[in-house]
Amino acid sequence: MDQRSSNLLEEAIGLDNHHRHQAEDAAAAAEWPLSLKVVLIEDSVETSGSFVLHHLIKRALSPQSSNVIIFLAFSQPFSHYDRLLRKLGCNLAAQRDSGRFFFFDMLQLQSPGRNEGKTSDGGFCELYRRIQKTIASLPEKYKKQVTVMIDDVSLMEVAAFGSSQHVLDFLRYCHTLTSEFGCSFVALNHEDIYSSMESPTFLLELEYLADVLIKAEPLATGLAADVHGQLTVLNRGICNPTGSFVSKIRNFHFRVKENTVDYFYPGSRT
Amino acid sequence: MAETICRSLRDGGLEGEHAPALTIKDTLASPFGLHVFTHVLSQLSSSILAGKSQSRGVVVVSFSRSPSFYADLLRRRGADVSSPNKWIRILDCYTDPLGWKEQQLKEAGNFADVSGEASPSSGLARVCSNVRDLDKLYSLILELGIGLVGQGKVRFSVAIDSANELLRHASMSAVAGLLTNLRSHDQISSIFWLMHSDLHDVKVTSALEYMSSMVASVEPLSVAANGLKGDTENLSLLEQNFGKGKFLARLKRRNGRSEEFRIEQSGITFTSVSSQEGIINQGLVPKVQFNLELSEKERIERAKVILPFEHQGNGKPIEIYDGRRSLAENKSGETSALVGNSQRTENSGEGEIIYFRDSDDEMPDSDEDPDDDLDI
Repeated sequence: MDQRSSNLLEEAIGLDNHHRHQAEDAAAAAEWPLSLKVVLIEDSVETSGSFVLHHLIKRALSPQSSNVIIFLAFSQPFSHYDRLLRKLGCNLAAQRDSGRFFFFDMLQLQSPGRNEGKTSDGGFCELYRRIQKTIASLPEKYKKQVTVMIDDVSLMEVAAFGSSQHVLDFLRYCHTLTSEFGCSFVALNHEDIYSSMESPTFLLELEYLADVLIKAEPLATGLAADVHGQLTVLNRGICNPTGSFVSKIRNFHFRVKENTVDYFYPGSRT
Repeated sequence: MAETICRSLRDGGLEGEHAPALTIKDTLASPFGLHVFTHVLSQLSSSILAGKSQSRGVVVVSFSRSPSFYADLLRRRGADVSSPNKWIRILDCYTDPLGWKEQQLKEAGNFADVSGEASPSSGLARVCSNVRDLDKLYSLILELGIGLVGQGKVRFSVAIDSANELLRHASMSAVAGLLTNLRSHDQISSIFWLMHSDLHDVKVTSALEYMSSMVASVEPLSVAANGLKGDTENLSLLEQNFGKGKFLARLKRRNGRSEEFRIEQSGITFTSVSSQEGIINQGLVPKVQFNLELSEKERIERAKVILPFEHQGNGKPIEIYDGRRSLAENKSGETSALVGNSQRTENSGEGEIIYFRDSDDEMPDSDEDPDDDLDI
């Protein structure tokens, strides 16, 4: 039951292809379905979408895949993610030691923008180079399987002293990593921060960048005890250069539990 | 309409005239501008390759996608993009727009060509590492184009895949200057650019539209009544606008028409709208609470109504009630009229106007001017 329902999210993102390929041939199994893609998770205060991020971490570091994660943490320290992922059955500290999880603690380090004298690019140029160096130093078998994750973009803007242009420059450069190395890119952002703006340019720019957009929202009908919110997944798959055009749209409800998250279609719960 | 646009880009500009320019714009509600852009690009490339167009080559200025994306795309559509080709060059403003990578390489003491590393087909693409300098960008575009077709009278086309990025790095006036310079250059046959119109103010969008001779806008089939953005709450609306939309084209010389398009495996297909009037009306009439449309039944019934003066001259003697007939006469007429009325309502929707004078005091309705004693 759990296995199947959690596939509702994976199926929507396109992660379930993985299993099928695995059965077909081993070479395709090694391929990370999200590679070359930009995944944007949008959430709000009432409904946090960070569990999607955690799920993706767990999925990328699972024994079947050979993925490497570069994690830019602006919001939480390492211990937080370590505790959370341990509950999901994934040992982050061990993964870090084995060189599959690179944690860039942007809280502890001087935030990029605080570097005096580097104001022309907000320090993001330096950060980008660190990422690039990390990827370049990876062993060959991991090089094509990198996921860059950002938690979260709105705090990145804070670190850049509100200069969304610098953040956009940085994200554009991260986007070039996808075509250069075949990386995937996952970012979490908060939608409601921009809700008062008439035209939230920054949010729109991000949405244009995204191939997969995951929105976590509260239920339209109000609070419910056994449903914590709904997820809408827009899988555009537009810029897939291999020519395969996969696009789908999914909407389902979820309930965050102690160790797992239940995903189910509206009304399918008794 | 998509055909017409591609044709006029293919035909290019006349001597002493600005090159035809096309703005392709979309919004997040229907973000398929890139599909239209690639469609136009591949149509243009195939006519260049067939030698049917005025231009002999195309320079793609890529901001939002990597050069290999365009190379793959055109290869898939059957065009030859191997490096010694003589018809396409890509100015790569995607890989290193701000020179971060170049700087890094310089610091490492490695002066190797960046473009060779960035794209597999290095002869095809050339990296621009400072997009803020639009003069440099202009001369690079010309250099690449003239490198393709040579000096002289032969022309080439220019395609810019994101005017937004240009506008993000440079001021509106600088971008407008660049585009105008490109349009008025002797050797440029046509130019088109893509723009996400919701990322900018209306004045910026309209400034770019003024500079173009054609505007193609990609719009959602149905618009959310409340919000600026597509509201996720309204899932059915999202689904409706997913993978298809409305394609509106406006050409400077005549009014545009609209087409629908559908994104498919092989790319984008355009179908002309079957009932054009209906679609346009839907777009123009503001959303109101009451119904302005007529149903088919209502339409038939409306056609049956005979207007007060319409029935005259159908053989019967013309009678205009002038109010002079006496009350007694009217009374007998009234009863028969009532009987007739009840019969008529049964079989048809005919209407009639019955008017009785309240009393003889009321002035008769005549040609006589009641105020003829007034001396004006």
